[in-house]
Amino acid sequence: MTKALGWLAAVALLAGLVMGLGVAPREVTQGNVQRIMYLHVPSVWVAYLAFTVVFVASIAYLAKRAEAADRLAHASAEVGVLFTGITIATGSIWGKPTWGTWWTWDARLTSVAVLFVMYVGYLLLRGMIDEHERAARYAAVLGVVAALNIPLVHFSVSWWRTLHQPPSLMRPGPSSMPPVIVWALLVNFLAFSLLYLYFLARRTRLLRLEAEADA
Amino acid sequence: MWKDLLVERRSKETLNALVFFSLLLLFVFQFALGPDRERLTAALPGLLWLGFVLAGLLGLGRTFVLERENDCWDALLLAPGDKSAIYVGKLAGNVVLMLVVETLILALFAIFFNVDVADALPGLALVMVLATLGLAAVGTLFAAMTAQVRARELLFPVLLLPVQVPVLLGAVKATEAVLLGEPLSAVAHWLKLLVAADVIYVVAGLLTFDFLLES
Repeated sequence: MTKALGWLAAVALLAGLVMGLGVAPREVTQGNVQRIMYLHVPSVWVAYLAFTVVFVASIAYLAKRAEAADRLAHASAEVGVLFTGITIATGSIWGKPTWGTWWTWDARLTSVAVLFVMYVGYLLLRGMIDEHERAARYAAVLGVVAALNIPLVHFSVSWWRTLHQPPSLMRPGPSSMPPVIVWALLVNFLAFSLLYLYFLARRTRLLRLEAEADA
Repeated sequence: MWKDLLVERRSKETLNALVFFSLLLLFVFQFALGPDRERLTAALPGLLWLGFVLAGLLGLGRTFVLERENDCWDALLLAPGDKSAIYVGKLAGNVVLMLVVETLILALFAIFFNVDVADALPGLALVMVLATLGLAAVGTLFAAMTAQVRARELLFPVLLLPVQVPVLLGAVKATEAVLLGEPLSAVAHWLKLLVAADVIYVVAGLLTFDFLLES
């Protein structure tokens, strides 16, 4: 099952690469640099997806005390931090030639950075508690608080300043992008989501085996 | 709550140290900025809140120190009835302590940096109360979370600071406007954000505090 998911993700990623590098046209003003969007946008989507899963799994753990929910939250947080890191890294690589700087304190960049440190803190907390049950409980509380905080961070930082281009896909009205680019993006969205599910399944399984080995 | 405030009033342990600490902070700010008046005025709201937050971090981190040192943690766990009462008590104690320290820091700022805060005082007081409630609400929750953890002095600020970004941004922006003599209505959106943050944090604290004091 997991293996099939892995292969599916690999095929989708390959298709995503072909779409992003081959099929999608070269952007006129930015050139080939623009193609990094096919990695950047799907990874931030996966990051938000992963943290939503942490939120839901944390609530589920606090309500039902199911070990599985805790492992799901733990695994999802790790994968989420990874993809937040990828988002920041690809964004920097894109930003240097386009904006002329690796990093700027723009609203969207700042809120993703805050997200990153918040969930690194979450993983740190898990790592610092030795008792398994207590770690699960505390982490679940933090997972809930951190998720509730995301909208607040979003609003505060965007009022603070904004420079990032407005989102070009998820907005009302007709899309300004040619359909082929939208398709290339969608394929990559799918590929990254599958990759997320695959990582999640593997990591959850590993955590379960670790718990069984400890017991 | 009254017990904590009483202990604090008798011993003045935390308060003394915090006041002295804020005095030292003023020195550091002065060294960092030099005698340039304009630069100082521009940086003042940020510095003021940096002072509040650093003092707050030290104060909040000590929320459960008495219980831990005097082996009363188990008593907290065994306390009958609703644990959220403990949260409310600790929160109220922290808010009072922080407001006292913040008032002192503000007075020190006014004296040493020769800032006229008299006109802005009502607006400033409102911002301080709103933001302090937000800081203390999460701070109290996280203090309980880190009280029994290794390396708690490190973990507490690492967890708290990223979560506090919205409150800090709101507080600094609102303070800036108030000090410039603008009416509060000019920063209504920031005040609303602070209120929203207070509500979310306090409700989240009330709902999740039980889970922290289980075993």
